[in-house]
Amino acid sequence: MNRVLFLAAILAAAPAAVMAADARRDAIIADYAVQAGKAAPGFAGFSARRGEALFRTRWAGGDERTPSCTACHTENPRAPGRNAKTGRPIDPVAVSVNPARFTDRDEVEKQFRRDCKSVLGRACTPLEKGDYLTFMREQ
Amino acid sequence: MTMRRVIVLAAALLAATPAIAGDDWVPPVKDPMVRKECGACHMAFQPAFLPARSWDRMMNELADHFGEDATLSADKARAIRNYLTANAGDVVAAGRASKYMRAVAPGGTPQRITLNPDFERKHRKIPDRVWKDPRVVTRSNCPACHRGAEQGWYDDD
Repeated sequence: MNRVLFLAAILAAAPAAVMAADARRDAIIADYAVQAGKAAPGFAGFSARRGEALFRTRWAGGDERTPSCTACHTENPRAPGRNAKTGRPIDPVAVSVNPARFTDRDEVEKQFRRDCKSVLGRACTPLEKGDYLTFMREQ
Repeated sequence: MTMRRVIVLAAALLAATPAIAGDDWVPPVKDPMVRKECGACHMAFQPAFLPARSWDRMMNELADHFGEDATLSADKARAIRNYLTANAGDVVAAGRASKYMRAVAPGGTPQRITLNPDFERKHRKIPDRVWKDPRVVTRSNCPACHRGAEQGWYDDD
């Protein structure tokens, strides 16, 4: 009987952990929505389509080794990537294959700070960050 | 001391310092936060490869870390600086570190481990096609070839 309870507890805990991660990610996106609304009164929500365009666009202002997000993350967000400067393997960015993605606010901000400068040559706006996360959440 | 005790002690010493078995070893990074933060974009290089003054300079210049903005919160940066300088090559002098330190100019603050003459000497026979392999990308990608690099082992040539 104890074993049954134990098994039940494990089965119950796994989806609960995913849900907690989802809630944390949603809270981060909601936070960016507040910022985006303050920046532009006409803000009408994030768009996965715009997020995908951001992901695939070849920018000109950043490091020449990282002209786009895809330089490290590949064209497929569900695939593992590789840091184009260091060769370090990178876990997939798509939430469907990597549920831990975008669940720690400080980590998300740190990564955007580094990568936007490196790829776009400037900081990303709250609208861009929210679009990107919205795209990855659906991937 | 009995003979048996001597043997036990010798075995313990050998186990504690793998450097005795070969000098292609440096003490691994043990601090989880240092492993995570310094290992986010590249392998967390062992502090023994550079002198403490190099790590101090590196931590002062994180805003332009080989062209990257690698700045961290003040408390994390402080903890990382403390760890790197306390375990630097000129402080611990264990394993390969002493050979690397011998090649560092007095007072010099080198930043690239891969430019140390000992690194050059140990890799001089590596053909160009290996360096150009898409899985390697750059000379600082130690684990691409050294499978135990994260644990401080470089003895697989």
